[in-house]
Amino acid sequence: MRNNNLFSLRNFAMLALLGIVTTSCERELSQEAELAGYPTNAEVFIDAFSSGLEYYPFAGSKMTAFSVDTEIKYQGKASMRFDVPNFGDPEGAFAGAIFRDDNGGRNLSGYDVLTFWAKSSKAATINDIGFGQDFGENKFQVSKQGLRLTTNWVKYTIPIPMASKLTKESGLMWFAEGPEGGDGYSFWIDELKFEKLGTVAQLRPAIQNGEHIITDSFIGVNVKVAGLIQTFNLVSGIDQTIAVAANYYQFLSSDPSVAKVSESGVVEVISEGTAVITATLGELEASGSLTIKSRGYFVFPTKPTRASSNVISIFSDHYNNTPVDFYNGYWQPYQTTLSADFSVNGDQILNYTNFNFVGIQFANPIVDATQKANLHFDLYIPGVVPSNFDFLVTIVDFGPDQASGGGDDTRKQLFVRKSASIVANAWMPIEFSLSSTVRNNVGQIIFENINFSSLRNIYLDNIYFYN
Amino acid sequence: MNIINKLKEVSKYVLILMLVLSYASCNLDETQTVTTLNNLVWEDDFNTNGTLDASKWAYNIGTGDNGWGNNELQYYRSENVKVQDGMLHITAKKENFQGAGYTSGRILTKGLYEQKFGRIEARIKLPFGKGYWPAFWMLGANLQEGVETPDDPSTVFWPLAGEIDIMEYLGNKPTTVLGSVHGPGYSGGEAVSKAYTLMNDRFDTGFHVFGIEWGENYINYYVDNVLYNQITPADVSGEWVFNKPYFIILNMAIGGNLPGSPNSETVFPQTMIIDYVKVYQ
Repeated sequence: MRNNNLFSLRNFAMLALLGIVTTSCERELSQEAELAGYPTNAEVFIDAFSSGLEYYPFAGSKMTAFSVDTEIKYQGKASMRFDVPNFGDPEGAFAGAIFRDDNGGRNLSGYDVLTFWAKSSKAATINDIGFGQDFGENKFQVSKQGLRLTTNWVKYTIPIPMASKLTKESGLMWFAEGPEGGDGYSFWIDELKFEKLGTVAQLRPAIQNGEHIITDSFIGVNVKVAGLIQTFNLVSGIDQTIAVAANYYQFLSSDPSVAKVSESGVVEVISEGTAVITATLGELEASGSLTIKSRGYFVFPTKPTRASSNVISIFSDHYNNTPVDFYNGYWQPYQTTLSADFSVNGDQILNYTNFNFVGIQFANPIVDATQKANLHFDLYIPGVVPSNFDFLVTIVDFGPDQASGGGDDTRKQLFVRKSASIVANAWMPIEFSLSSTVRNNVGQIIFENINFSSLRNIYLDNIYFYN
Repeated sequence: MNIINKLKEVSKYVLILMLVLSYASCNLDETQTVTTLNNLVWEDDFNTNGTLDASKWAYNIGTGDNGWGNNELQYYRSENVKVQDGMLHITAKKENFQGAGYTSGRILTKGLYEQKFGRIEARIKLPFGKGYWPAFWMLGANLQEGVETPDDPSTVFWPLAGEIDIMEYLGNKPTTVLGSVHGPGYSGGEAVSKAYTLMNDRFDTGFHVFGIEWGENYINYYVDNVLYNQITPADVSGEWVFNKPYFIILNMAIGGNLPGSPNSETVFPQTMIIDYVKVYQ
């Protein structure tokens, strides 16, 4: 009797399996037909480029970083090989590319993950790898940031946040990776394809990285909802978090008369008041929010009146700025300062948040401030001035080598101390003379909290040298 | 095990036969014989909102001895067990209570319903994440609690009293459940056990039916419509202690020897949701 039971079971399992794989079921055929339009081809690179697939390296990347390797592969005939350049490689600073379907895209709505096998020549961490980047709108871009590779072949899974959106997706894979500790290395990807696993679940979407962010703002300000991430639980039981494009979400403003939010997550502040921006992904509510506290009309700093011939401008909408390498060097590991720059009616404002120190660099070409040996900038402290306010501005002269370091750099320190004239919620023009030293190779300005000042949020505008 | 091996031998012939059949028609016979007992003799459908039916269930409260023998981290409370929307909800919370870091629930039919043989099944949706250890299981009705007295033959302790685990699940393996028996000489890490893994599905995203069909000298284990194991006296290395009455337990442990402790990714609170428990003969 028991034998019979098991026998029936086995028979049934076979039948069920065959029922799925054979094409004799009318219902499944007609469903396929309705999805027609773009091909549902799941394969990206198994042993060769799949139909329509093209390689497009990023500008500035090493164009030859990608090749097809027939020696090292997970299985089959070939794998995708990526050679990350060493630091200083004249052919390109990093490896990065998109792999795009140039036949117009594919219907990926029937899949739930992108999977591949990968290994590397040494343990390494790929900065970004995902899909949905097409050198167009990148509407449904997904990135797994910090994908750790080992020297053994491992299967990796990148979930699709909401497959129903991907009915015409041409961005089948993209990645970007730089040298690790200055050294290049190689990694291989094989059996790259979309799959329907059914085992990736417990989707938890978030905006602002799941935090409730409150920000002061003004009428006319445009800010983008940031920190768009989604966490999934993989079949391994391990959570995986990916960074995703705004178009997967639906955004909502608690008061559209104060701030409205677009489909792509751009918030536009319209009037004074408070509005809370939240989001949903399908039926799921995203954790985190962005609260806009609009203080009304933005008060611009006093318009500069100095003749442009007397000015070398670093950051201003009223002068032509000298070429600037960066307005935030994100100096690791000690810098905490983030940039939340915004524009009000087209006028750009630098906004440094979570501030401890930040550097602006303008070394290409270097600035000769010998004849314009004064510094001006406008500083605005939203909220309150901390009681321990103490602010340092450092001008760095790169010396004859016109490069940072090299033993010939000199610095001029300018202190902004707490005083009655340091106030919150108003622009403060601050000016210093640099005349005590030669300033013909100026390459950096560094703004810094000193003596444990707890200043965290500042606006800056109209940074320039003058005579 | 012999039965399984025989099946492997014939399976290729079955496959060929079935290929022919399945190409001929799409009409699948969905009545496989996973279970044979269909006379419902006891059930709780959890259709009355509020607290448990006290005529069917009792609570285990507290932390037992040494975390219920497994270094489990939770304190069981009746407050964590609720009937709502036609379902039994056993919720594990991360909260400090009576020295424990978590609270959860454990209910049992001991003294209220004890059964020898039958088909015992429940329809359950499970949580996910490391540290979750829910179970649907049974202990021998003649089990004595407390400290064993070796010279007193009237006291029967674990594992001699026997344990049938119809379903055990670890939240960090969301596609796998375990079905096991524990008895004298084959308990704890030496239990006779088999894992069942879902393909293309998980246990934390929907309801699944977990059951045994149990008779004289055999226990068949099934999940949904798949019979995945049979345990007989030939499979156990000691005395067969399953030809006697057992009572039913539903619980959700947190941490302990088998799952390990929750980690920073583990989501709390989560609920083990039970649609029904049914016994057929």
